[in-house]
Formats: sequence, structure tokens, C-alpha cells
Amino acid sequence: MQSTLSLSFSPSSSAAAVSRSHTTRFSLNTSTPLNLRFCGLRPQALAFNASGNHRSSKLPSRPRSQAISAALSANGSPPKFFDYDLLIIGAGVGGHGAALHAVEKGLKTAIVEGDVVGGTCVNRGCVPSKALLAVAGRMRELQNDHHLKSLGLQVSAAGYDRQGVADHAINLASKIRNNLTNSMKALGVDILTGFGKILGPQKVQIGSSDKIVTAKDIIIATGSVPFVPKGIEIDGKTVITSDHALKLEFVPDWIAIVGSGYIGLEFSDVYTALGSEVTFVEALDQLMPGFDPEIGKLAQRVLINPRNIDYQTGVFASKITPARDGKPVRIELIDAKTKEPKDTLEVDAALIATGRAPFTQGLGLENIDVVTQRGFVPVDERMRVIDSNGKLVPHLYCIGDANGKMMLAHAASAQGISVVEQVTGRDHILNHLSVPAACFTHPEISMVGLTEPQAREKGEKEGFEVSVAKTSFKANTKALAENEGEGLAKLIYRPDNGEILGVHIFGLHAADLIHEASNAIALGTRIQDIKLAVHAHPTLSEVLDELFKSAKVKAHASIPVSEPVAV
Amino acid sequence: MAHLLHTPFIPSSSSSAALRRSSASSGTRRPPVSPGVVRAKIREIFMPALSSTMTEGKIVSWVKSEGDKLSKGESVVVVESDKADMDVETFYDGYLAAIMVDEGGVAAVGAPIALLAENEDEIEQAKSKAQSPSSASSSASSSPAPAAAPAVEAQSDKAPVKAAAAAAPAVASTHPASEGGKRVVASPYAKKLAKELKVELGRIVGTGPLGRIVAKDVEAFAASGAAAAAAPAAAAAPAAAKSGSGVELGSVVPFTTMQSAVSRNMVESLGVPTFRVGYTITTDALDALYKKIKSKGVTMTALLAKATALALVKHPVVNSSCRDGNSFTYNSSINIAVAVATEGGLITPVLQDADKVDVYTLSRKWKELVDKARAKQLQPHEYSTGTFTLSNLGMFGVDRFDAILPPGTGAIMAVGSSQPTVVATKDGRIGMKNQMQVNVTADHRVIYGADLAQFLQTLSQIIEDPKDLTF
Repeated sequence: MQSTLSLSFSPSSSAAAVSRSHTTRFSLNTSTPLNLRFCGLRPQALAFNASGNHRSSKLPSRPRSQAISAALSANGSPPKFFDYDLLIIGAGVGGHGAALHAVEKGLKTAIVEGDVVGGTCVNRGCVPSKALLAVAGRMRELQNDHHLKSLGLQVSAAGYDRQGVADHAINLASKIRNNLTNSMKALGVDILTGFGKILGPQKVQIGSSDKIVTAKDIIIATGSVPFVPKGIEIDGKTVITSDHALKLEFVPDWIAIVGSGYIGLEFSDVYTALGSEVTFVEALDQLMPGFDPEIGKLAQRVLINPRNIDYQTGVFASKITPARDGKPVRIELIDAKTKEPKDTLEVDAALIATGRAPFTQGLGLENIDVVTQRGFVPVDERMRVIDSNGKLVPHLYCIGDANGKMMLAHAASAQGISVVEQVTGRDHILNHLSVPAACFTHPEISMVGLTEPQAREKGEKEGFEVSVAKTSFKANTKALAENEGEGLAKLIYRPDNGEILGVHIFGLHAADLIHEASNAIALGTRIQDIKLAVHAHPTLSEVLDELFKSAKVKAHASIPVSEPVAV
Repeated sequence: MAHLLHTPFIPSSSSSAALRRSSASSGTRRPPVSPGVVRAKIREIFMPALSSTMTEGKIVSWVKSEGDKLSKGESVVVVESDKADMDVETFYDGYLAAIMVDEGGVAAVGAPIALLAENEDEIEQAKSKAQSPSSASSSASSSPAPAAAPAVEAQSDKAPVKAAAAAAPAVASTHPASEGGKRVVASPYAKKLAKELKVELGRIVGTGPLGRIVAKDVEAFAASGAAAAAAPAAAAAPAAAKSGSGVELGSVVPFTTMQSAVSRNMVESLGVPTFRVGYTITTDALDALYKKIKSKGVTMTALLAKATALALVKHPVVNSSCRDGNSFTYNSSINIAVAVATEGGLITPVLQDADKVDVYTLSRKWKELVDKARAKQLQPHEYSTGTFTLSNLGMFGVDRFDAILPPGTGAIMAVGSSQPTVVATKDGRIGMKNQMQVNVTADHRVIYGADLAQFLQTLSQIIEDPKDLTF
């Protein structure tokens, strides 16, 4: 979302639009970027357009019949002239990130959206859930008499208005959606409405209409939808996915959450704060699979055990029937291993949080001989799409949930930026180990890189030693001032060269704290160097400072002492 | 983990820290010779106390399995306490003969969790010991399945528990999914509460949607359990009478769940600083009134409850209780619980809003409650919502006695029989009056001596001039 916010400082959309039209007009006549001073917006982008890209004069407003005939005549072979330099299918966070970067790089860009701009994250995911979690966090604070008392506060009974809470989430989503839309419009990204379907190389049909556009490079960024295992009947009221839950149409007394990953965990935080009781149904043997085991264990002690939550692990929900005719929601559980019937739950609602499935149907992948794997588009490390013969499909990329590499909004955006870097002539491979992840419970969980078991396995395989440093939020002044000393930060590193392998944080504002570590990993900063950097006191960031300083690295600082700066 | 993390620097291997810790703490705690030794060579491994606040521990995993050879100092089991996971090691060489609490199970601190045999020959012997009913029941009661429906668990192989459940047929969940009471449907919070309050879910009637047990049902049941334990003397009398005929002498009969609840509550009551204030009340006027309106179905219990309620109106503090040790809980209504002996225990049906309801209605209500109590059909709100308890052994001719305060309430009044007594009257004559002795036990954290004295004074005024009882 950072990009969205920064864009609010850019000139108004109308001005940008005007400047863009000028650009194109000039580009027909001259190759010198005369218009630079005139528009002032992203000069390098316009310069590129004007001087380097002779195709940019072809506006999408050219006669449509011409486009179709061109497409028909050249079926199978790539068109010689393109409507766009870059066409992105899907205007979620991934597509948006790619589009913004593409404009910065001077590409003539269009984005195709069949639903609403913003995709899952903005409309049915990260964004509205953060609104609900913000409410949950405040409710927790207000309900925690003990905590308030220790701060010397007195608050009379806290209550909430469900519709008010729901409206907050809806309003936030629409605000962010508008920001996203405006930011793209302001930069001159064409938003083409309709589902995009690939007809052939570099050729995409927009919606069911006969509008066909061509582009030099195409990025698939169609994202994902909630995954619903078979046997589960979604009615959108009592058996729901995150899509419905975010509307918060009702707060059940007892809700079963199937799946205890990020989504399930965040919703358990929301629901318990609003007074629901929760039963987790987890197929694996322990809750919160995927988290570092130690963090998971502590998180369970803080986020699950003291709350009105119980759980069944090692079980599948084989059948879920929505509430009807006065009967409750019925969940049949079978043993995950033996498949024997184990138990039946009867609850007021069930939230299916079993992960997400790629949304790649109807994308026309068969036209370019690409076969999805469980719906995911196969890609290489540069997000280049691989066809059924294992060959790269030229000029076609896939980012975000649709490729399944790392199903996070910001990972999609980072992948998109990486692709744009590549198509503009700079090779780039995204280091996924530097992409942080966060779970916005209270307190938050965040992580980057490897978990301890993963790191130890890697160390064993590649023959290096792995060490772990830990620090508690109890040792942090700011956390104690907030009376939120519960938390742990954990650094997994190589003691021989000081490489950061992973950082895991559970505690107050963990999601905001992780970036020091993720940036260090992305930039290859070693512990012996970063430990000399200064952190303001007293701040939560000192948790990481403490962590770096407690690491025992054999190598010495590599960065030479810089020129002394007088103050 | 929390308390391990007081310093920012922690050994990178938490297990080594845990080891050191557990050996230190349990080493000092337990003498080398365990008191639970049956045969000299079969030893019990106990749930250790891993922190000062730990009352029970969960077995995270057994590091060793049955039949494994153990040497002194080796870790055997990983235990999750209220704070952290720790390895527990053995103090003896030998063989892990039998595991009594499985992984995921919970055991109270000090409860045996496994048996250690000194040599291989004794493994079988130890195994049979582990399966003997007494140890099985202790582990069963202390290890409710943490997540699975407890009734299903209890059903499997724990005969004593099953028997106990069968012995208490009064209440079975009527949830449609409960398959005739075999399955218990309880909300997560209700389960958690039941575990905390040590209440068996199978005995609670759910009032939630479709008969689901919800938190307030558990709370109500626990409170009633406390109330049920109110006047053990009352229970003892009829129970003893019964036992004269139907009990096999020389045998040991385990408590039924209700009796266990009574037992627990009795022990729990020791944590409350109580004191007693007695009063002698002349009942001539009350007796006269009773004679007059008896034909209208009014009972003495209802009259006493009414009188007590009217006195409580003027002394709300006596109707209060101390729930958390820090505050007064002033109850909004005056609900008089009255102890009733039933077969195998006692229960305290509640006359709700006894100050507001007229004595005729109260009497009818009382009769209905007693009938229900005998038929074991009382609903939780009918026996668990009392704010003040009456125990009347006067009907047996007892002239004075002492009641134990049910935990969770502020006061209980023991009512003796009304007997003709020779008294000196104020005008210097000697006369005959019917007098009864009442004795109130109260929680001194909230109710002080003067409060009780004033309450009793008011009560005696009401009883001695009972015109207000009938409005």
C-alpha cells in the first residue's frame, strides 16, 4: 500500500492525463523530450515514451475493426505492432505494483480487470481484514480490565455495533480501491474492463466483447479465490469463506474455523474479540503449521489457549452442511490419516480458511499450450511462463497467487516489479526469502526467510553452522511502557559469515518490525554490519537491535568506517 | 516460555535450559524415595511441579516409550506447564514399564504419569498395576481429553467414570447430536470453564441453542455444586440412615460425581475466612401465623425464606458475595436457596426473588421445586442461582448446628428447631415461649460481625412480628 500512499502527492489525475496526451502527440513529431518541463510528472517515463518507443503512437482508440482483422490475419504469429508495451491481466495488488513500475520505466501499460480494481487484497483480503482486526485490537484492549488497571485506566463496559464495524471494513476497502484506481489513472495506465483471455502470443481478448488488444509483454496476475475442499457446501451465511466473513454480516456465538493458517488465525482474533467462541479444525497435527515451531508454540499460548478457542488437530472436515430448518451447521470430521470418522461438530457457523486456489480458469492458457498445475500457472524463477513442453513462453509472465510461489499481495507486487525490470532490459530475480510475511493478530506475528528447522536442514545439506539468537519483548522499554511485554524475536543466522537466514517475531507491532530484517536479507547486509547501525531509544525497533547485537558472529564488520561527518 | 525470557540472552537450545531447570526444581521437590512405591522396585513417575503456579501439566510427548531402558538423568517425557515446555528426567535407572497418561493428556501435579520398573521381569507386573482400577480412574479423572468430546473419551475404557456417569442419570444433555447423552455438545468456552471449575460436562444440562452447553450453564452448575455442598450435616443425616440398610459393610465405595463435587466444594470452602453469629428468635407469633395459613398451602420453609428475604432487603451486604477477593458483588435479586436432602446427596432449590413473591406463591413454587428435586429434574437455574442459603435441620429436632458456607455465596443460615423454652420475660416473670436458634455462617471478607448482628436483629423482629410476611 506504500505505493498508493506516496501517489497521493502526485499531481491530480486530470493534469496527468493531459500531460500524457501531450506526450503522445509530441512523439509523433519529434524525438526530443520537449515536454519534460511542461508536465513535470515522471520525466524519465515520458522521455522514454517519446524518444525510444515508436509504437506508442498507436492508441487503443484506433478503429476496432482494424484490430480484429489484424488479429485474425495474424493468428498464431505475433503481431508486429502492439497496442501496449505491457498488458497486465488482473488489477490486484500484484498488477498494480507492476503497472506503476512499468509506467516509471516508460512502458505504455494497460491493465485488464474483470471484477473490481484492487483484487482480493483490497476488496476481500488484507485490507478489509485489517479494518476488522483494528476493531478487534481495540476491543481486546478495552475488555482487558487487568491490563487497563495496570495502566491506571478505568473504562466502563466496552461494546460494539456490528454494522458499524462492518461499515468500517467496507469503507476502508472502497477508499483503498479508489486510491488504487486513481493512482493508475493518474499515471496514464489504461484500465480495460472485462475478463482477459489470452488468444495467442501477445494477444488478449477483453471480456466477451470482440475487443482484442496486443501487447509486447503480458503479465498474468489473476490472483486466487478461497479454496473450498469438496464436501463443503458454502451458503454464504452460515458456511462461509473469508469473502463473506469480511462483510461481517453476523457474529455467531460459536464458529468453527477450518484451517489455522494466517487467514484462520486472523479471523479467530476478530471473532473472539467480538465475543464468539471458536473451534479450529486443522488437518495437520499441530495448529499454525508453517510458522516457526517455537513462534507457533508461543503464539498458541497467547493467541489460542487463553481465549475462548478450542481445536481439533489431525482431522479433515469431510462434510459441512449449512444451518437450515432450525438445525445447526454440521461438520463431519474424519481422521486425517486413517480417514475414519472421528467426530461431528454442530456449530452456528463455519469459516472455511483452508487456503486459496488460483483463479486461472478461462484465461485461454490452452491457446498458448500452457497446462496449469492444480490451477497454478507454471513459471520459472523469473516468473516466465512455462508451457506443456517445459519451454518458456516468450513475452508471457505470471505473478502473484496465480503462480503460487508465495501467495502474498506484496510478493505479487514484488514479482511484478521484477518482471518489469526484466522486460525493460535489466535482469532481475526476486529473492523470495527476503519477502516478509505477517499475521495481524494481537499481538502480531511476522517472519522473513527460513524457519529454524528449514535453516538447520539447509545448513546440514550445505555444510554450514546455524545459530539462533532470541530476545524477549520483556526486555524492551517501549513494549513495557505499553504493558505489552509478551513476545519473542528470533534470529536464525550463520555464525561464520553473519548471514541472516531468517527472522521471526511475535509481539507488539511485529509486522512493522520485520522490515529491518527483510531489507537486510534483500540487500545482503550481514549481522556484523547492521549491528552497528543505531536505533532510536526507546522504540520497539530495539528488539531487532538487541537481536542483532546478541548474535555471535565470527566475521568482523565489512563496511569501512565512512568519512566522519561533523555535527 | 514467558518466564524463561526475562533476559534477552537465552541459551540457543531451549531444551538444555529446560533440562537444567527441571532437574533443579523437581530434584529439590521430591525426595529420592517416592511415597507411591508399592513394590520396592516399581516406582511411579509423577507429574512434576515445573513452576510455582503450576497445578497440572500436559504431556506434550513421551521421549521414551514403554519397555525402553532408562538411565538416571535421562529425559523421559516433555511436559507443558502453564508457562513452558520442559523435559522431565528420571532419577532412577530402570525400564519405562507403563505409561499412564498418554500424550496430550493432562495430569495434576503429583499424580503418577508412568511406572518405572527396575528390571525387565517387573514390566508386566507394573503394567497390570497401571491398569488396576484405582490408578486408571485417577488418571482418567485428571486427564480429560483436551480437544475431543470428553464423553467419547470417557466411554472408551474408563469403567469407573462410566459407572459414575451412569449413577447420575439426572441430567443428560438433550442436544439432538448427543446421541442419547453419549456425546456432549459444549461450546469451547464452556469446555474450558468446565475444566477450570472441574465440572463434568456430561452432567450439565445445556441451555444454549439446541441444548448446547454454554459457559453460563457450566458456571451455574459449578455454583450449584457449591450450593449443594452447603450443609453437609444435612446430607449426612439421611445418607447415614440410608446406609444402614443398603451398604455392604467393610467396603470402600467411591464417590459419585455429585459426592465428588460436594467433597471438592467442602475443601474449597476452607479457603474462605468465615465466622458465625447465632441468635435466638421467639417464634410464637410465627407459629400462630403458620397455623392460621397452613390450610392455604403455606409451608414453614416458605415463611422462613420470606422472612429471611425481607430481612435481606434491609441488609444488602448480607446478600452479597466475594467472587475475586477484591470486591463486593451485590446481587440484584434475593434468591433464597434451601438445602434439600436427596438420595445420595443434597441439592439447593432456589426460591427466586423471595422478597417480591408473596408467600402463597412461594409455597407453591417450593412444593414444585421439591418434587422436581426428588425426580432429579431441576434445571440449572432452579438450583444454582441462590444468593443466600437456608439449611433447616430443625425438622429433625436439631436445636442448633453449624453450616459450611457454599463457595461463591456470602452467607448461609442454619435453622434449628423451634422448641418450647422457659424464659424470663422483661416484666420479671417466668414464661414459656417457643424459641428457635439460628446460626449464620458468613464470609468475613464482605460481611462483618455488625452486619450479621443487624441482619439477625431485623430477622428476629420480622419473625416475632410476622404480619409483613403475608403482605
